[in-house]
Amino acid sequence: MSPSVRLQEMIRVIRGARTQGEERGVIQRECAAIRAQFRQADNGTRSHNLAKLLYVHMLGYPAHFGQMECVRLIASPRYNEKRVGYLGAMMLLDEKQDASLLITNSIKNDLSHSSQYVQSLALCTLGCMGSAEMCRDLAPEIDRLLRASNSYIKKKAALCAVHIVRKVPELGELFTPASRSLLSEKNHGVLHGAVVLITELCERNPETLEQFRKAVPELVQIMKGLVMSGYSPEHNVAGISDPFLQVRILRLLRILGRNNETASDAVNDLLAQVATNTDSSKTAGSAVLYETVLTVMDIKSESGLRVMEYISMTSLQKIVQTDHNAVQRHRGTIVDCLKDQDASVKRRALELSLALVSAVNIRSLMKELLLFLSSCPPELRAHTTSGIFNAAERYAPSQRWHIDTILHVLTTAGGDVRDETVPNLIQLITTATELHCYTVHKLYRALIADISVQSLVQVACWCIGEYGDLLLRGECEETEPVQVAEDDVLDALETVLQSHMSSPATRGFALTATMKLSTRITHNVDRIRSIVSIYGSCIDVELQQRAVEYNALFKKYDHMRAAVLERMPVIDKSSPGHTNGESAGGSIKEMEPTKRTQEVVLPQEPANQVCDLLDLLGGSGEPPQPSPALSTTMLGPVSSTAGGDLLDLLGGLDVTPVPPSVIVYEKNGVTLKLQTDRQTDTGMTITLTATNSTDREITSLTLQAAVPKSVQLQMKAPSGDVIPAHGLGQVTQTVLLNNPNKVSLKMRVRVCYTSQDFVCQDTVQIDSFPSPAW
Amino acid sequence: MTMHFLLLFSRQGKLRLQKWFTPIPEREKKKIVRDMTTMVLGRKPRSCNFLHWKDLKIVYKKYASLYFCCGLDAEENELLALEVLHRYVELLDKYFGNVCELDIIFNFEKAYFILDEFLLGGEVQETSKQVVSRSIEASDMLQEVSERPCSR
Repeated sequence: MSPSVRLQEMIRVIRGARTQGEERGVIQRECAAIRAQFRQADNGTRSHNLAKLLYVHMLGYPAHFGQMECVRLIASPRYNEKRVGYLGAMMLLDEKQDASLLITNSIKNDLSHSSQYVQSLALCTLGCMGSAEMCRDLAPEIDRLLRASNSYIKKKAALCAVHIVRKVPELGELFTPASRSLLSEKNHGVLHGAVVLITELCERNPETLEQFRKAVPELVQIMKGLVMSGYSPEHNVAGISDPFLQVRILRLLRILGRNNETASDAVNDLLAQVATNTDSSKTAGSAVLYETVLTVMDIKSESGLRVMEYISMTSLQKIVQTDHNAVQRHRGTIVDCLKDQDASVKRRALELSLALVSAVNIRSLMKELLLFLSSCPPELRAHTTSGIFNAAERYAPSQRWHIDTILHVLTTAGGDVRDETVPNLIQLITTATELHCYTVHKLYRALIADISVQSLVQVACWCIGEYGDLLLRGECEETEPVQVAEDDVLDALETVLQSHMSSPATRGFALTATMKLSTRITHNVDRIRSIVSIYGSCIDVELQQRAVEYNALFKKYDHMRAAVLERMPVIDKSSPGHTNGESAGGSIKEMEPTKRTQEVVLPQEPANQVCDLLDLLGGSGEPPQPSPALSTTMLGPVSSTAGGDLLDLLGGLDVTPVPPSVIVYEKNGVTLKLQTDRQTDTGMTITLTATNSTDREITSLTLQAAVPKSVQLQMKAPSGDVIPAHGLGQVTQTVLLNNPNKVSLKMRVRVCYTSQDFVCQDTVQIDSFPSPAW
Repeated sequence: MTMHFLLLFSRQGKLRLQKWFTPIPEREKKKIVRDMTTMVLGRKPRSCNFLHWKDLKIVYKKYASLYFCCGLDAEENELLALEVLHRYVELLDKYFGNVCELDIIFNFEKAYFILDEFLLGGEVQETSKQVVSRSIEASDMLQEVSERPCSR
């Protein structure tokens, strides 16, 4: 039986043990046998017994009794025994054991052995576990091998020398001459070893470093050769020629180029070449690129500085996907590059900084980004602001920080922010309920300081309108409260209204805010009234309309004013009103203009009104098919135009359940009845019937309906749109409802008609349907 | 690539190979092995391959059922360490032919020999796959010869 099978047999037996106890038993037996074997004379099985012991050792069992056996085996003339003996020495002996000294002599002998593989064993062991004493003893041998041997041995000798220098630094001088000449070797293994050795020597000894500076051109040449050479099958890794060697050379160049102009200059060109020519799609390329960047960052060079920084940024960008953490380490340098003069470098630094933002570094990094924003070139501002907003949204540590950050951006670069910033910020503010007082104070201060930045002014106006009472109260926990009178606030808003810097949209914000304050202040309501009536004849049509409506709110609907102008509820970002592109924060004021039409029928009108219905039902998905286009003119009472929102605030109407044909609406002489034609598990068909008991006919009748999500609605064509007077006729419209998920059916119906030159619009809610006719 | 140690362990935390490049007492070696296995095995599948432990960088990669894990100085290039681990796996694969964990269990000493032809003192000693493979083959040949009873 071949000896090594015994080892494998033992391994099999050990692995077959079912319990820890069983394993221990097997191992104890084996160890006893091995011990016995060791005591016997040479019988040709010693190496295998040692191998068995090493396996046992790896499992975690004590094996110190094998140490002497290692020593004996190393001294053996047979290669197989030496091989296992040296392996054992590396595993069981370390420099602290006395036994390790005993192998010094063997190693010395083996270093001059005729077989290079024996020499290799000795070198490997010395380089792995050689103690300081052993190193001192054997250093001259190593030096000899560095000079005169084949490349197989030279490369190992070089690394062995590295170990010696680490253990006994003074011996570095011994190896310096030999290592210099090694640089001219072609063999990659030797070259690699030489570079590692030289790196070690230079790191420990500044004089040696000086000496080796002269080698920079040579190193650059070698590196160039590697980078620009064609495919070399022997050393190719994912398209990179010997990445191991490349990285080591770069590391050495970094050390040599540090704080030295001439050396750095020589290296710059190379670094640019490496950075541009290295494909970083695989790890090998990334490793080289990474080392390049580290080198660039370390060495100084006046001439190439900008280019180098630019290139390193580009490289880092490539790497940040693969190794985010590594790039994080250099955040400091990247942030410094934000302050660089060169615009391209700044741009790269910005990209990289934004890519590096994380929950951990958001606060500090944001400070830098905000600083950057105040001095950044105009072409980068929009990009910076949106980058900052994204980062803030993803990683904001607190709402207050988030709001502060956005306000800071608006103050610094409010002119360059994207449009949706205003509604986004408003939405954010409403959600931060505890911070309303703080926010309105901050915004008020910003407003009285400067009204030129439209986005900021808009948000400020909205806030003041909404939370003006908090402002006037004169107390605030988070910040110094302002002592401001109602007149001061109204002054501020009026300034915005009158300023030529304010855009029409901004003025709209200001006017609405003024109006809202009418319910939040006590003394100066008359002033508001007069402002509002003045703007009733403003040239800007938009403002005029608003003013007229607000006027009406004062005059005819004063009882509703408080409810209409009440605090907004917290806006849900995903509500349809928001996703429809309308400003969620401005649902009262923004919706109004879109619903306003002149005497022209706008095809998009129905869609908007339909959306209002959807809003009412709390975001039902399915828009109902709108009936043919309506015409709505402005003149109706406020309740009709702002109907949807008002009802949102005031809650739905009451409905009482009724037998088969239900009257769902009765007003102005118009009656609307609902009748269930058919009803199944998953749907129903109903008919709406409208009659008119007035003297004059009702015209332009339209009915619209909305249902909960998952219910499908189909409105058939109505029989007509004119209801004859005196109840002499009716208009009917059939509605099909499909309810596959069997949710509880509700419906809202909006009734629009013209009666006696008056346009009326009302909405009714139907919570339960009458049982079907059959 | 100055390595402090290289460990191979299975999914169950069983050690398959351990190479130490700095002198460390036995007890501490055991502790490091325990720490490494716990840390690495506790990582989620798609985590980054780099960890920090004390003042070392730990680089690890999973190949089938084996974890290859090494400890480096903090200034080292961890991306290159990944390449080193990969190269070692390639060498094992070439030697054993579609290497699997069992090959390494039953031929652990060969795995060490291969490692010793690739790394020396924690540094890469040969950057060419072919040269390393050829050296192993030649050493094996020599071993075979020396095992015969009549050889010297």
